[in-house]
Amino acid sequence: MYKMQLLVCGGTGCQASASATIVEKLNESLKAHGLTEDAQVVTTGCFGFCEKGPIVKVIPDNTFYTQVTPEDAEEIVTEHILKGRKVNRLLYENPETKEHISDSKHMGFYQKQMRIALRNCGFIDPENIDEYIARDGYSALAQVITELTPEQAIDMLKQSGLRGRGGAGFPTGLKWEFTRKYTADQKYVVCNADEGDPGAFMDRSILEGDPNTVIEAMAICGYCVGATKGVVYIRAEYPLAIKRLEIAIEQANEYGLLGKNILGTDFSFDLELRYGAGAFVCGEETGLIASMEGGRGEPNFKPPFPAESGYNKKPTCVNNVETFANVPVIFLKGPEWFNTIGTEKSKGTKVFALAGKINNVGLIEVPMGITLREIIFEIGGGIKDGKKFKAVQTGGPSGGCLTEKHLDTPIDFDSLLAAGSMMGSGGMIVMDEDDCMVSIAKFYLEFIVEESCGKCTPCRVGNKRMLEILEKICQGKGDMDDLDHLRNFAYVIRDTALCGLGQTSPNPVLSTLDNFYDEYVAHVKDKKCEAKQCKALATYTIIPEACTGCTVCARNCPTDAITGERRQPHFINQDLCIRCGVCYTKCKFNAILVQ
Amino acid sequence: METVKITIDNKQIEIPKGTTILQAAKDAGITIPTLCYMNLPHLAREHKPGSCRVCVVEVKGHKTLVPSCVTKCTDGMEILTHSLRAINARRTVVELLISDHPKDCLICPSSGSCELQDLAITLGIREITSVENAAISTYRKDASPSLLRDMDKCVMCRSCETVCNEIQTVGALSAIHRGFMSVVAPAFEQDLTDSPCTFCGQCVAVCPTGALTMQDHTFQVMRALADEKKFVVVQTAPAVRAALGEEFGYEPGTLVTGKMVAALRALGFDKVLDTDFAADLTIMEEGTELLDRLSRHLEGDENVRLPILTSCCPAWVNFFETNYPDMLDVPSTARSPQQMFGSIAKTYLANKLGVKKEDMVVVSIMPCLAKKYECQRKEFYTDGIPDVDYALSTRELARLIKYGNIDFTSLEDENFDRFMGESTGAAVIFGVTGGVIEAATRTAYELFTGKELENVDFHELRGLEGIRSATIDFDGTPIHIGIAHTLGNARKLLDGVRSGMYNFHAIEIMACPGGCIGGAGQPLHRGDSSALEARMKAIYQEDANKVIRKSHENPEIVTLYEEFLGEPMSEKAHELLHTCYFCHPRK
Amino acid sequence: MTKIKSLDELRKKKQQLEQNLEIREKSDHPESLVQIKVAMATCGIASGARTVMNALVEKIRNDKIPAVVTQTGCMGYCYAEPTVEVKKPGHDPVVFSYVDVKKAEEIIDKYIKNNELLDGILPANYQTI
Repeated sequence: MYKMQLLVCGGTGCQASASATIVEKLNESLKAHGLTEDAQVVTTGCFGFCEKGPIVKVIPDNTFYTQVTPEDAEEIVTEHILKGRKVNRLLYENPETKEHISDSKHMGFYQKQMRIALRNCGFIDPENIDEYIARDGYSALAQVITELTPEQAIDMLKQSGLRGRGGAGFPTGLKWEFTRKYTADQKYVVCNADEGDPGAFMDRSILEGDPNTVIEAMAICGYCVGATKGVVYIRAEYPLAIKRLEIAIEQANEYGLLGKNILGTDFSFDLELRYGAGAFVCGEETGLIASMEGGRGEPNFKPPFPAESGYNKKPTCVNNVETFANVPVIFLKGPEWFNTIGTEKSKGTKVFALAGKINNVGLIEVPMGITLREIIFEIGGGIKDGKKFKAVQTGGPSGGCLTEKHLDTPIDFDSLLAAGSMMGSGGMIVMDEDDCMVSIAKFYLEFIVEESCGKCTPCRVGNKRMLEILEKICQGKGDMDDLDHLRNFAYVIRDTALCGLGQTSPNPVLSTLDNFYDEYVAHVKDKKCEAKQCKALATYTIIPEACTGCTVCARNCPTDAITGERRQPHFINQDLCIRCGVCYTKCKFNAILVQ
Repeated sequence: METVKITIDNKQIEIPKGTTILQAAKDAGITIPTLCYMNLPHLAREHKPGSCRVCVVEVKGHKTLVPSCVTKCTDGMEILTHSLRAINARRTVVELLISDHPKDCLICPSSGSCELQDLAITLGIREITSVENAAISTYRKDASPSLLRDMDKCVMCRSCETVCNEIQTVGALSAIHRGFMSVVAPAFEQDLTDSPCTFCGQCVAVCPTGALTMQDHTFQVMRALADEKKFVVVQTAPAVRAALGEEFGYEPGTLVTGKMVAALRALGFDKVLDTDFAADLTIMEEGTELLDRLSRHLEGDENVRLPILTSCCPAWVNFFETNYPDMLDVPSTARSPQQMFGSIAKTYLANKLGVKKEDMVVVSIMPCLAKKYECQRKEFYTDGIPDVDYALSTRELARLIKYGNIDFTSLEDENFDRFMGESTGAAVIFGVTGGVIEAATRTAYELFTGKELENVDFHELRGLEGIRSATIDFDGTPIHIGIAHTLGNARKLLDGVRSGMYNFHAIEIMACPGGCIGGAGQPLHRGDSSALEARMKAIYQEDANKVIRKSHENPEIVTLYEEFLGEPMSEKAHELLHTCYFCHPRK
Repeated sequence: MTKIKSLDELRKKKQQLEQNLEIREKSDHPESLVQIKVAMATCGIASGARTVMNALVEKIRNDKIPAVVTQTGCMGYCYAEPTVEVKKPGHDPVVFSYVDVKKAEEIIDKYIKNNELLDGILPANYQTI
């Protein structure tokens, strides 16, 4: 029996930083010191604190090592495992007090978190179903199929108040009830793992860290809605998640937790994987179904909803990965317990992928009702490099940018909508004073234009036209009419696009227009970009006092706009300057002034 | 019947449950503009992807506008089709479509018959909100022998895709690329010629804009007419006379045979002849082939392949060559009437008229676009000269008549020239689905039984049903006949034959809905099935009006065999009137 | 793997498997557990701390004591090794000296289970984080 365990993060992020080699080195070192009987190395799913990865956690003293390299393995073993001395230099350092914090519980990043969907991530070995079972895995399924009728189970889910975590926040119990209502010779349960928001990796981490919970929930769903087949529609770009799901499905089948007559009941449930090619629009359930059927990945008009006519025209219940990850716990701990977490209309927790200009980039799970301020400044550790907070973009490319004034709003599905953004699948990107909001809107629109399926006119052409206007504005060629045109296009697209993604696609533009109108006006009227992101709007001048006359700028200027004698202050001819910014990047003496 | 009550533009109406807003509006006398919506009642297919968003209307209590073509009315629904919000959205959507569309309307082949143009007129679009030099999605142009693709003009209504994949099951066209660059095209954006396209042209028939159009050969024909050295012979297919009038304001189903002949003569054709003559000739050859196979089959010859399939539809020929390469020996080897006409015209007729073959130009007027490809097939060239030089569509003929400043409506009826201008009722009905097989039956019956057929009308073979079958009593021998029109139905029938589900002696297949009357070269009917029915009625009327209604009784046919061919399926007939099929005809 | 055929079998299976995760489960809530720290610096190891630690781990498991055994560095009582610190929830930590296997069992039976003090308690002269 092991006295110690070393949990090494095996998520995609940490693996990219050689966590697999760390595991190898740890094992080698343990062997060399004859400690293989005392300590065990376990590869787990994501710990969430990706900013500080790769993570190695030593059990039982809960020591949280950050940014570990393969070279550190030997020291961890000889010092910590062998001699019981923590390797201080690998401990997390409180950015303010510079104190080392050994236990992750005491880190700001983890203190306000509440992990339900991520309960097993970073705790168990996702490739070993036994560890999942040891954590009450499949008990919920067993209870539901042996002790409850589908109706009772659906009622419990309805009572819990769980809403879909994929974006729209539709009540999950209701969705299951609808699917149950329709009779058909075959029904399907589909797990939507086509996570496509830029910077979002909630679903990937759950599947990598705890694939069995999704499998269990899908089987519960199958029992409730009357489906015997389940399909996980997963992005082909998630090879690790696919591998772990495949292992989990195989192990569940071997234990008879999937397949025919599960736990000796009449209930049978099979699960298979279907790979998506990474189209954003295939995250929309009708687009996903079209893709699953082998067709072009594009949405269809609803109704009929998938609950009535979905995959292969059969009743289909489509839920997102995170939604499923909540289900087993709800049955284990009861809907009343779940109901106590969150706000009045949004129960439970939400996983967010925290990114952007923030100190603690990573994956977090927080109770609904937490404020943006708590997330950004406490969990996220505030803005990088002490800069000023400007906006936070939630809800992925079809979400909106929220500002200072929204920081204290308790966030849930409805409050975010009311603020002009949305929950979406949980992307959260923080911007600071250096970000130009027009450019941000342009960035998101570029994504939308890239990812539009092209089916309906407003999204296909309208977003392209909006993007062209934004490009024009960033080029300094915009006028005030353009702002009206932007608004009109945005309203029409919101009003007429075919699918939810199209209807919400103007959100980044609308929310920045609403919250940062002055910035647009500055671009259009004064031809100024305060954040200096729009190169075409910047003026480059040389500060004579700082210029040493080294001639580097003049030699690199592509248009020969810079003149000056050697060792004499140089000068930029504004008529020739194309604002490429080369002089600024090349100057070693900070002599180029950007205005 | 369950009904719901709705208020639409302040009118209260009661309509059957399940009615769409678009239909309800129509019933209430309100026309909501549409673009991607297409109804093909004769094919029982409503194409409504709900994607163009032109037909959006405001529904009280609904967060967004709703597309009226796909939204079903619910009880108590309050609909505003012309609220400011709806009109602004509709106009913006049309503006967006136009912003991504070439503005060469004046010289566009579809000018005047373009639904986007109509929308711009209806909605009074006067300017397009977009930045200077806004991008237009452009694609490489594709010119096949029959069809032209200029996808810069595609509005992504996807009607062609539905027709090509669902109705015809050809699978040549589907949406490719994504977002702004989305377009309907063959896989990998290859040329139609390299795709499974059969050139049936039904995509052209449903395209609302100038994205899919036909090859235009009118100027080549005008040049030939102007060339004094050339002796220009024209042949007109049976279905043309039942539809040409529509281009000049006549009701669908008006027969304009006499005016058409007069117009062609006025245009300067040296001989105005009739494809119907060649249709009679086809019956002689195909009917004989059928009888030959049939009697060998009845004698117990196991090497005989039955059913025999008709081969006069070039799109159908392309279809089975591509999709049923294992069945290439099943169809009749008889050429189509157009090609039989061409080979006889450039041999027997040229000789008879003392015209050198190389000086003769054969022009055919066809309801069909695949005919343009057919006459370019290498096997229909003799000594480097095509048997048929140009195949014009009915619409091109109408255009030619307009170039010629001919007032069509005031023309006096005239008759076809002789020789090769005489035809029977059997030939006329080649223009509708079931007609070829009925014509063949009339002749085969008499040849098989040696008895005279009293009643030549086989009503059991007629109609617009997609797949039909009938058993004809050949004086004690039951002959099983199958009929299909549209290639999708042809596929069903063929698959049924392959699997042994069907047991037919003969099958007629036409690629276009309704047969040639619904051909892609005909005046566009935009899903108005009453036009098809009227054309069909006109064809049967023409048949009934004819004195001679059996092909083998056509005196010119009799003469042709006596003077030139000998007998059906003779060596000469094989050389001039039969063909063979290829797995990859275009490779 | 053999198939699990009923809810009962699943429960049994869970009980068997729980042990493997016990160490992790406990470390997740250390404040509610008895925390036993064995000084495992060179001095401790040389005096037999490893054997003591194994014995503690073993006994805790067998007696189902809600405790977690961790190792720590030199506590500064090199003269009294092996030393073991025990912190019961709500109590101040207590350090025992000259712990051998026998004494380790005594610590559990007497101090942890019954709150009886033993000989060899050292005065606490440091704080732990």
